[in-house]
Formats: sequence, structure tokens, C-alpha cells
Amino acid sequence: MAEPVLEIDNLSVRFNLKRGVLRAVDGVSLSVGKGETFGLVGESGSGKTVTARSIMRLIKTPPGEIAGGTVRFEGRDIYQMSDAEIREIRGQHIAMIFQEPMTALNPVFTVGNQIGDALRTNMGLSKAEARERSIEMLQLVGIPSPAARIDNYVHEFSGGMRQRVMLAMAMSCDPTFLIADEPTTALDVTIQAVILELITSMIERFDMSLLFITHNLGVVAHACDNVGVMYASHLVEMGTKAEIFSNPQHPYTKGLLRSIPRMDAQEKFLTPINGTVCNMMDPPQGCKFHPRCEHTMDVCKERIPEFRELSPGHFAACHLHDQPTV
Amino acid sequence: MAEHLLEVKDLVKHFTLNGDFVSRIAGKTQTVKAVDGISFHIRQGETLGLVGESGCGKSTTGRLITRLIEPTAGEIKLHGEDLLAFPPKRMRDARRNIQLVFQDPYASLNPRKTIMEILSRPLEVHKLATTWHEKRERVLELLNLVGLGSEHIDRYPHEFSGGQRQRIAIARGLALTPELVIGDEPVSALDVSIQAQILNLFRELQEKFSLTYLFVAHDLSVIRHISDRVAVMYVGKIVETGPVETIFSDPLHPYTKALLAAVPEADPSKPPPRLTLEGEVATPIDPPPGCRLNGRCPLATTICGEVSPELVTVDTNHQVACHNL
Repeated sequence: MAEPVLEIDNLSVRFNLKRGVLRAVDGVSLSVGKGETFGLVGESGSGKTVTARSIMRLIKTPPGEIAGGTVRFEGRDIYQMSDAEIREIRGQHIAMIFQEPMTALNPVFTVGNQIGDALRTNMGLSKAEARERSIEMLQLVGIPSPAARIDNYVHEFSGGMRQRVMLAMAMSCDPTFLIADEPTTALDVTIQAVILELITSMIERFDMSLLFITHNLGVVAHACDNVGVMYASHLVEMGTKAEIFSNPQHPYTKGLLRSIPRMDAQEKFLTPINGTVCNMMDPPQGCKFHPRCEHTMDVCKERIPEFRELSPGHFAACHLHDQPTV
Repeated sequence: MAEHLLEVKDLVKHFTLNGDFVSRIAGKTQTVKAVDGISFHIRQGETLGLVGESGCGKSTTGRLITRLIEPTAGEIKLHGEDLLAFPPKRMRDARRNIQLVFQDPYASLNPRKTIMEILSRPLEVHKLATTWHEKRERVLELLNLVGLGSEHIDRYPHEFSGGQRQRIAIARGLALTPELVIGDEPVSALDVSIQAQILNLFRELQEKFSLTYLFVAHDLSVIRHISDRVAVMYVGKIVETGPVETIFSDPLHPYTKALLAAVPEADPSKPPPRLTLEGEVATPIDPPPGCRLNGRCPLATTICGEVSPELVTVDTNHQVACHNL
């Protein structure tokens, strides 16, 4: 494996709300190597976005709180950095793109203004240099006639084009690490295909690392090298793409893969995961998945299973793997 | 051959932009051709999947059939009778037979009403139950049908998860024992493990009550799973229609092919998603003459810019609208 660029170790994030304490991320450990693409999958509310945001130190405190663990980027602890240091990391080293470009971009400034702003602040370029570089960036992400489009506002772009603008902005300061939080979820399938190809080609061309957050297993299957699966604030399984898709070890991962309707044949009934996601304000004891699991044992209701390595690089948190005989 | 429960012929819905007096005088009005002359039928007991990307007119089609919005032109026949000719009272009775389930169960259920109130309202409107006991009994029956326990009856929508809310929305759709249920993206707001539960519920209910479905969705794997026949829409037109197996294994229209090639399958051994068309989706606002795919299509010839292709039957039940087959 390539040397790790990002190392998250035993990270826990809590939100202290009026209604009680919400453990949004609980003991998550993962690492992303140089030039590697890591897909973090999970359903709504599983904690994948909070994990991503905590890397950039974007968790609002209060009510949020890093309850434990460390996030290290290129060996340096993100949470030990001064404000000036973290500002340097954001944008210049780690960039982020979001699901909804319409809300992530500012509607009252032209796109050139917004990309240029980042360049002038982070790279110290002059107004004219920033404009020139912005046009280059728009060209790079495939926006036709960028010299004219640079003076357009966000609403003058289509959904796919907006996502390109956001990517141009993220790439403008030569980051080495990109966090993409559901970047194709709001897009139609044909546009999604184009944006995925664009992101993948950018990552390869500039030798970047990627943390890709999505609920769509199909996207992960094609855009990522390694995959982590989250359920109810916990990372329940992690491994190479091939291992996760062809040899899943956690019952949740298996259930998720079985729930997807097949494209090559029609089954009369699907095999869903029974029940619903637990209430995160009042999660069950033990393994968070046990109320929905078909293999529940007594130990599952009492203890949270350890996240253990089953084969090199393949981890899962399930009591089924407690004894070597199983 | 089974009877056609629903028959739609040359259905058109145009919306006018800038329809105010001044714009009309100045000739600045524009027309959104949301649905532009589509024809299809649904047989009793089958599921027609209507698939397409945002803005192709698939949801508008669903709403036109319930007459929640009035078509600009065309025919909608239910059991051979023209729905559009029905006077209001007759139409209200006909609506009992056609029910809609919406995409977002957070928006489609009134947060201030209990489940009992939500589910008994259609019964009151159509005078199917009068006493409290009758209504209560029927509502409990409906909850049971969609897999919810009777303890939920006096709760409010906010006390339920997305999947449970969609079950309630389905129960409401079934309250009047309709023949045709139109699902307008009914599973697209749900997580994949819950989506599978709801798709199974649709199947079970269809078998139990011989329901006929018009299932509108953008997710091709969902359409593949639920449909008997499929109609593919692109910018207000049906470009291809046929049995589900044929559409997915032997698509003929360049747009259908592009749509299928763009789906990322949850299997790394499958080919990666890619786009086989150029550019972006055309706009339905004052579209140019000719095929809507003209300008993006790799097969386009001169005629494609001039004449809009009609659906042509290529094989039993398989119809394609393309000049270059």
C-alpha cells in the first residue's frame, strides 16, 4: 500500500444537543494512501459526511465536539494546528466538493469572482493572474468557451456544469487531497457518468488522493480502490473494492449488496434488510446493527464488536468473526 | 390479450412562460412542451415503467392521467371511456380508480393530522365509511396491509421514518381500492435497504389486489425490477417502448442505449459508466423541429433536424422512434 496521506484513528464526534447527545461518529479508523481513492459508503445519517467534515475541521463547536481520536494529514495532527495552519491546509492541500453546487456556490457573485477569490487569498495572485488562472481551470474541467462563461452567475449554468465549476474551484489551488461529498447524487445518470469520469481523470492526472462519500454502491464500484462501509456512526467493514464486492464479511454489507435490484435479470422479490435504522439519539446496546441482523447472538446485544483484520487489508466489526472457527 | 385498462393517445401538455398580457402583445411568450404527443397503453394487472431524466415529462404524464392538471390536447381512456370528457362529478368517482403515490413522504403527509385522520379522509370524501367504528376498522386493515402495526394509528407523521411514511402514503393510495396506482418516484427518496422493502410491498399488493401500476422513476435498476413493460421518455416524447427484457437486453434507440451505458452497476467487474452522447439534455422550451436528440446523437442525419420521428413497431410490442434504424 502507498504511504498514508490521511490517517483517521479512532475518531469520535459528538453533538451535544438539547434533546441529548448524538454520537455521529464513533471510533472510526481509516487511512487513505497517496494516489488512492477511498469510497466511504453508508445510508442517510450513518456519519459519513461528519467524518469528512471533521477532516477539514469543519465541525461547528458547540454543539459539535471531537470526543476522541486523531486526524493526521501528511503526518501532522489536524487538531493540533493553529488557525493559520489549518487555513493553509484548507484549499491548498485538501479541497472539498459538495452534493448541491447551487448551495455550495454563492449566487450573487460570478463564478470567476469566486474561483479568483480562492486564488488571491491562498496563492497571493493578482486580480489579472487570478482571472487568467480561473479561465484555465474552467477549461480544464470542460466548460465550453470559458473566457465568456467566467462572468456568468451560478444560476446560468446547468446542474452538471455547476458541478464542473465547483471542481474547477476545488482544483484551483493545486490540492493533493480531494474530498467529494456525494458529488453526483443530485445529477441525472448520464451527467453523473460524465462527472465521475472527470473526477477520476483529474485524480489520475494530478496524482491526487480522493475520499469519495456516497450512498451509491454502483458509483463506489467504479470510482474507488478501497471501500469503507458505515452503519449508525460505526465503520463496520473496510477493504479493497474487490474484497468488499465479491467477499463481503459484515451482514450489513451483504444485506446492502443484496438489496440493490439487479440490472441483468429480474427477480420477483428483492432481499431487503429488515427493520429500520436505529434512533441515533438512543442507539441499542452492543452492535448497532443487531436489531436488523439475521445472525444476532447474545453477545451482539451486549458488546460492540471489535474492528478486526480478517485477511490482509480486509477489516470487519462483527461477532461472527470472534472465533477463528466461524 | 388482456384488456387495456388505460389508453393514452397523443397526449400533450404545454405550459406557457411569460404568459402575461404585455409579453403576449410583444410576442415574448415561450412554450414549455413538457409532454408533446405521447401514446401508450397499460393492460390490466401489468406494470408500465416510465423512465427518463429530470424534466423529460414523466411526472407530468402521471399527473395528467389523474387530471390533477388538464392536458392541452389528447385522449386518456380508462376502460375505453374518455376521462377528459367526464363532468366533474363523474370524474370524482373515476378518481377512486386512479390513485397517486408521491416521491417525498415528508411532503405528502400533513404533519398536523394523525395517521387515522390521514387514512380516513379519502373514505369520508367518497362516503365509503360513515361511522367512527367503520373508519377505524378500515384504517387498521390498511395499516396491516402495508405492514404497520395497529399501535401506529393515532401517531403523527413525524414519529415515523421515511420508509414507514411511504408505507402510510401507499396505504392512503389503497384506501379507495383503486385499479390503477401511479407511483411518482415512490422509492427515490429512500435508502437502498428500505427501498427494497417498499418495492417488495408494491409487488405483494399488486398480486393481492391485481393492481395495475404506472411506475415513474429515474432509477433504471428500479425500473428493471418492477416493470413488465417500459417506456423511455426524452424531452416530452416517448423514444422507445417494449417489454422490460427487450429494452434492457436489446435497446435500439440511441438514447436508451446511452441511458443504460451510464448506469454504474454495483459490480466492479461490469464496464464503467460512460456517456455515449454529446452535450447535455435538450430543453423543452420551444424545442427546434425534428428529433429531440438531434445534436447529441451519433447517428444523426439531415432528416433528424427536420422531422420528428414517430414510434415505429419493430417487433411484437417493441416500438422505437428513430429515423436511423
